[in-house]
Amino acid sequence: MNFIGKGIPKIDGISIATGKPVYTEDLVMANALVVKILRSPHAFAKITSIDTAQAENLPGVACILTHRDVPKIRFTLAGQSYPEPSPYDRYILDEMVRYVGDEVAIIAAVDEKTAVKAMHLIKVEYEVFEPVLDFEKAEGHPSVVHPEDDLHCNFDIGLNKDKNIASSKYVEIGDVEEELKKCDVVVEETYYTQAQAHAMMETYRAFSYLDHSGRLVVVSSTQIPFHVRRQLARALQIPASRIRVVKPRIGGGFGGKQTGAVEVFAAIVTLKTGQPAKIIYDRKETFTCTTSRHAMRLKVRLGADLDGTIRALDIQGLSDTGAYGEHAPTVFSVVGEKTLPLYNKTKAVRFLGNAVYTNKMPAGALRGYGATQGTFALECTVNKLAQKLGMDPAEIRLKNLIRQGETSLPYQGKLLGSSTLDKCIETGKNLIGWQEKYPSQEVGSNKVRAVGMAVTMQGSGIAGIDTASAEIRLHDEGNYTLLIGSTDMGTGSDTILAQMAAEVLETSLENIIVNAADTDVSPYDPGSYASSTTYVTGMAVVRAAEDLKKQILEHGAKFLEISPAEVEFDGKTLQTLDGNKAIGLRELAPLLVLGTGKQQLVGTATYGSDVSPPPFIAGFAEVEVDKETGKVDLLDYVAVVDCGTVINSNLARIQVEGGIVQGIGMALYEDVRYDQKGNLLTNSFMQYKIPCRKDIGTVRVAFEESFEPTGPFGAKSIGEVVINTPAPAIAHAVFNAVGVQVTTLPITPEKVFMGMGMEKAK
Amino acid sequence: MQIEAIINNKKVAWEIENDELLADTLRAKGLLSIRQGCDTSCCGLCTVWIEGKPTLSCTTLSFRINGKNVTTIEGIQEEAAAFAQVLVAEGADQCGFCSPGFIMTVLAMKNELKNPAEEEIIHYLTGNLCRCTGYMGQLRAVKKYLGVE
Repeated sequence: MNFIGKGIPKIDGISIATGKPVYTEDLVMANALVVKILRSPHAFAKITSIDTAQAENLPGVACILTHRDVPKIRFTLAGQSYPEPSPYDRYILDEMVRYVGDEVAIIAAVDEKTAVKAMHLIKVEYEVFEPVLDFEKAEGHPSVVHPEDDLHCNFDIGLNKDKNIASSKYVEIGDVEEELKKCDVVVEETYYTQAQAHAMMETYRAFSYLDHSGRLVVVSSTQIPFHVRRQLARALQIPASRIRVVKPRIGGGFGGKQTGAVEVFAAIVTLKTGQPAKIIYDRKETFTCTTSRHAMRLKVRLGADLDGTIRALDIQGLSDTGAYGEHAPTVFSVVGEKTLPLYNKTKAVRFLGNAVYTNKMPAGALRGYGATQGTFALECTVNKLAQKLGMDPAEIRLKNLIRQGETSLPYQGKLLGSSTLDKCIETGKNLIGWQEKYPSQEVGSNKVRAVGMAVTMQGSGIAGIDTASAEIRLHDEGNYTLLIGSTDMGTGSDTILAQMAAEVLETSLENIIVNAADTDVSPYDPGSYASSTTYVTGMAVVRAAEDLKKQILEHGAKFLEISPAEVEFDGKTLQTLDGNKAIGLRELAPLLVLGTGKQQLVGTATYGSDVSPPPFIAGFAEVEVDKETGKVDLLDYVAVVDCGTVINSNLARIQVEGGIVQGIGMALYEDVRYDQKGNLLTNSFMQYKIPCRKDIGTVRVAFEESFEPTGPFGAKSIGEVVINTPAPAIAHAVFNAVGVQVTTLPITPEKVFMGMGMEKAK
Repeated sequence: MQIEAIINNKKVAWEIENDELLADTLRAKGLLSIRQGCDTSCCGLCTVWIEGKPTLSCTTLSFRINGKNVTTIEGIQEEAAAFAQVLVAEGADQCGFCSPGFIMTVLAMKNELKNPAEEEIIHYLTGNLCRCTGYMGQLRAVKKYLGVE
C-alpha cells in the first residue's frame, strides 16, 4: 500500500492554515446585499400585523419580506435523502412563530447598518400564547405547537400534531416484560442529556446570485449541497434545474450544516431583487436560531443473570425536537439502533417513545445523532449493573458484547462483519492502568482519583439509503480529476478519497485534482453526514478508479495492438506482459483525449450498502474529584478505536481526539439553559462553555484495526463514534470517586457536590 | 475619520467609521484571513498583532491602530507556512477556520517565551478555541515546531 494507512497531510492544509480566502464569506462579491432576519421575541405567538412601510422607505433597503411574500408550501430543512423522514412543518416565514428567535421578516439592504436600522423600523404586533417549554409536559399540553392543516409527512412517522408528538417509535424483539420478570437482577435508571450546541468555528453563512443564464446560484458552507438544492426547489417553488449549489471550504460542521439553516433566506432575496445577497449569522444567532442536539430523557431497564449475562434491554425515550421536526424521527430511532445490538446475549430488546414539539430552538443533526444520548444511558446502566453484581465493568462487557461473525437481536440474522472491540477494551485497560487504578484512590487534601469506562458503536452510512457516485476523468496530461459530491468539512475526506483513488490508479496524490462539491458538476452524493464519506463515497471512488483503470488497460491494449489481458499498467506505463511493447500514460492520454483515440476516459461508479458496519470504541477516563467542592478534573482519557482499516493515520487520530474533546464538553461543561419565557440564556461562549486547552487533561488514542469486508480497503467510519464514550465513562469515574451517580448531563461541580451531600445524609 | 497605520509593513491611510471594529476594517481592505468565531472576545480567531502583541481585532476599535504597526498572517506568510507545515503534518489543521488566529498566537508566543514548558504553552494559547482537533495535535505540532519536549 502506497497511500492507505499513511499519515498524509491534507491536500488543502497549507492554504487553510495560512489564511487563504477559500471559505464562503471570502468569496462573496463586493456588491452583495446584506440579509438580516427580524426574529420573534416570543416563544409562541401569532403575528397579527406587520408594518414594514417605514423600513422599506429607508434609503438603501432593497426588500423586506414577511409571511405574506413567501410560497405557502411547507418543507423541511433537514438534509436527508428523498423522501425525507422529517416532517414538512415550516414555511420560509410563517405568521405563527414557534420559538424565541423564529424568523418574522427578512431584510435586505446595501450594508449591515442599513439592514439593522430597517429591522428596528418594522412594527410587529403579536397575539402571544402560552409556550410549551418543558418537553416532559409537551404531550397533551393545551398549546399545540403545530396547529396547521397543511403539515405534511412523506410517510408515517407516528406524528400526532394535536398532542405535540412529532414522531413516535416502537420496536420490540422478543418479549421484554416477560424476560425482565425472569431476570435475577433488574437495573433501572432515568437519564437526561442536554441540547448540545455544535459550536463549529465558522458560523452559518451563504450567498446567492443569478448567473449568466438567470439561474440561482447559492454558495454555502453546507454539508449537503444536493439536499439544499432540493429544499430550495420546494421552498421557492422553482425547478431544481434552475438552482446550483456550490460548497467552498467549510469551517466545521458537526452535523449543524446537515440542516439548511440560512440558504433559503439569501436565495429568496436574490429571486425577489435579482441581486446578489449574503447572509452571515453571528455567534448569538448560531446559538439561538439554528439547531442543536436533541435533548432527551431516557429510561433504561436492564435485566441480567447473576453471572452478569444481560438478558433484556428496554429503553424508553422522550426527545425534544423543539419548534420544528428536523431530524426528529431519525435521531430518535438511532438511540435504539446503535445501542441495542451491542450486547447480544439478550433474549428481548425494546426501544420506544416519542419526539415532541416544544417552543424552543429546533433540534437537528449533531455528531453521534442519537447514539450519543443512547450510549450515555445504556453504558451508565451497564456500569450500574457491574456495581450491583460486584463485577469488573470491563469483564461484564467482555462477557456480553457482540463479536465479529455473530449476530444480535436487532440484526435479524445479519452477521457483524468486523469488530475488535474486545481488543479495544484490553488495550484501553492497559493504557489507563485499570488494574492498579480501578476503582479509586485517595490522593490527599480531600481529593480522590478514579477511573471509569464505556464502550460504544455507531454506523458507517445509512444502510439501504445512502448512495454516492464518483467520477474520475483522465486528462490529456495523464493526470486525473476526481469528482465527488461529498463535503470535506475539515475532516480531510477530500484527501482520503484522493488517497484511495491514488492507491488504485498507482499514481501520486499530486496527480489527482479533487473537485467537490458543486451540484452542476459533481456526481450525486447525499453529503458528508451519518459517518458515510469514507465508507460509502470511498467505495464509489474505489470502484470508479477500478473502472477507469480497466478502461486505460483496454484502450492501451488497442494502441499496443494486443488483448487487454496481455497488458499491465503500473500507473505510469502500459506494457505487454512479455515486455516487448510499451506506451506511457503521458503518451496514451493525449492520444485518447485529443488524438486518434477520440475518447476521453471517465471512470464512474455508484455505491450504496445494505449494511452499516459499526465502528467501535472503548473509552476510559481518569478523573480527580475535589470532595470539598465537587469539582471534577479530567486527568486522562484513553480511546481505543476499531474503525476497520485506518486510511490516514494522522487524520483518523485527530478525528478521535477532536470527537473525544467534544464529548468531554458534553460530559462536563456544555450546559443549555432557558429562562421561564423561553429565552436561551446560553447564547455566547461566555455562557456556553466549550472545552479550552486547560479543560481536557490528556487524550490518548490507540487503534485496534479490524478489516471490514464491505468497506474500501477494509475501512469503516470514524467521524461520529468518537463522541459517544466520554459522558458515560466520566460519569462512571465520578461515581467511582465519590459514589455520586450523575444522571443529568453535564456533570457540574454543583451536581456532584449536592450528590455527595445526599450520600452523606443516607 | 482618517487613520494612518502600517499594515504588514506598508503605510496606509484609511477612511473609517468612528465605531468600526478592526476585524471589519481589515476584512473590508481585503485581508480575508481575519475570521470571527464570536463577538465576545472568547475564541481568538481574529487575532492580529498590534506592535507585535497578539490582539483580538473583533473587539478593537479601528481608530486605535492609528500610528501603529499591525500584522496579519498575510504579512508573515513565510513564518506562518513554516509552522503550518508542522501543523498540517500532524493532521491538526482540520477545518482551518481558527488557524490564522491560532498561528498568529503561536508565532507571538515563539517571540515572547524562550523554551516554554508544556504548561506555559497551554496557558499562552488558551484563548484560542478550536472545536475540531481537541487541541492535542496542535500541542504536538507546537512542541515540534519550538523544539521543546
